[in-house]
Amino acid sequence: MARSSRLCNVLNNAKHHLIAAVTLASFTLAAPLAAQNKSGSTGEEVVLGLSKDRVAITATFDGSEILVFGAVKRETPIPTGAPLQVVVAVSGPASPVMVRRKEKKLGIWVNTDSVLVDSAPSFYAIATSAPFSDVLTDTEDLRYRVSIERAIRSVGAGMHIRGAQDFAEAVIRIRTQDDLYSLRENTVAVDEETLFRTAIDMPANLTEGAYRTRIYLTRGGEVVAQYETTIDVDKVGLERFLYSMSREQPFLYGLMSLAIAIAAGWGASAAFRLLRNS
Amino acid sequence: MQIYLPIAEVSVNAFLLLGLGGMVGILSGMFGVGGGFLMTPLLFFIGIPPAVAVATEANQIVASSFSGVLAHFRRRTVDIKMGLVLQVGGLIGAALGVVVFNYLKALGQVDLLVKLCYVVFLGVVGALMFIESLNAIRKSKKAGGTAPAARRQRGWVHALPFKMRFRTSGLYISVIPPILVGVCVGILAAIMGVGGGFIMVPAMIYILGMPTKVVVGTSLFQIILVTAFTTMLHATTNYTVDIVLAVLLLIGGVIGAQIGTRIGVYLKAEQLRILLAIMVLAVCIKLGLDLLLMPSDLYSLGSEGGH
Repeated sequence: MARSSRLCNVLNNAKHHLIAAVTLASFTLAAPLAAQNKSGSTGEEVVLGLSKDRVAITATFDGSEILVFGAVKRETPIPTGAPLQVVVAVSGPASPVMVRRKEKKLGIWVNTDSVLVDSAPSFYAIATSAPFSDVLTDTEDLRYRVSIERAIRSVGAGMHIRGAQDFAEAVIRIRTQDDLYSLRENTVAVDEETLFRTAIDMPANLTEGAYRTRIYLTRGGEVVAQYETTIDVDKVGLERFLYSMSREQPFLYGLMSLAIAIAAGWGASAAFRLLRNS
Repeated sequence: MQIYLPIAEVSVNAFLLLGLGGMVGILSGMFGVGGGFLMTPLLFFIGIPPAVAVATEANQIVASSFSGVLAHFRRRTVDIKMGLVLQVGGLIGAALGVVVFNYLKALGQVDLLVKLCYVVFLGVVGALMFIESLNAIRKSKKAGGTAPAARRQRGWVHALPFKMRFRTSGLYISVIPPILVGVCVGILAAIMGVGGGFIMVPAMIYILGMPTKVVVGTSLFQIILVTAFTTMLHATTNYTVDIVLAVLLLIGGVIGAQIGTRIGVYLKAEQLRILLAIMVLAVCIKLGLDLLLMPSDLYSLGSEGGH
């Protein structure tokens, strides 16, 4: 970091302009986004852009990639010491999850113990600019609940059950296998301690809701600035229509399903008869 | 081509679903089974949530059974009167089954009991049918291809009161056995989330003594009503019928059912029964192994309340 502060400021300004230009050109929503922005003691602040702040689930939805990019705004020169690191965490709506464990009883595998995990996000992706333990200390992780383990809350786990902690781990393991949870270290690119960017992959089996997106700037494992916004994931068009109908007009929806089934059954029968007679 | 299912909230390949629908449809048309006992586990396997799979499957069975039954109506191989009598029992059974299902759900072991139900019933039905049809084939070979021996007369079935004449089946029996069969199948259908054809078909042949050719059409006829009822129940209480999934499955299903019905005409009754028996046994063995072998993951996730 043996760079003159003046040069750095010039560089910063230039990059700010660049970010602004990119942001405008791609019709994306930059900074304010109805978000909170807290700057730490170092006077550094996050200026964020998302390639989209809304994910539309259409009939042919097959996952989505969201580009998260931003810059660090600061009035003072880049602090010396530990380099700037960035953590991006995106989490889907949380809900309680019942975890069951199988045991062999009388020769067959049956569910025996179960633990209700009070709250687990439907989706959780973390991207960091360095190995996780270097980016965030354990104390800071505890405070901000960033890591996957901390994002899951299971206070109700009964003490009478052997290895209650295994149940929370099972949630993480199973959801990681389904590509719903991911920790991608070293995937946030940071340039000149000022610009950062990463891409968050969202799988096809997304659920609807507001996806909380948090960005933390850290130095030496301590959070120096944080920023929070949401990405809305919604069904649109036919998906929206069918989903709403199934909830608001269930009787009509059921009749419609049956009518389609009967019509299809009759149609195929009639078509095959024509085919055979011709 | 990937399609996002609005109720199941997963994205799946449309051609895969069309193919699955077609395959199960062929079996449905050939044997007069709804195919639910095959399709439901297949849907679990491709990642459809169990609740959605069971409910949507009921809707798809309506379509493939309707398509199949039309062909049987034209050949006059549907005993409507018998179908309606079975139906009366079936609806009583379905209502009872829902009560039993909710009770088991409260105990938290519904998954296991459903699987045990499958293994026991598929095993018993499959084995009996396999042995019986093997004997029938052997007999008809010995007899040089002449008609099989006269049906065994079941004393107790004929001794019961409230007799009714079923012309299409050529039977004059009490209505009590068909209603009881209907009740049993209805209970199982509600618990296992299937139409119940794989139990209904052998019950009609071996307990009621109906001719095999009439059995398939009649079974399809009564399955339509039971599954239509189930579909409405699921749609209005659990909101788990996925219409997009149903449409994809039933397009394949109705076409398959038409092909299956035509294949069925060319096969002998014993051959038809032995093929169904093999299929039933295969599914039974697969489910049985799942219970006996150590699962790849001891833990499973469910929503609060659970399945």
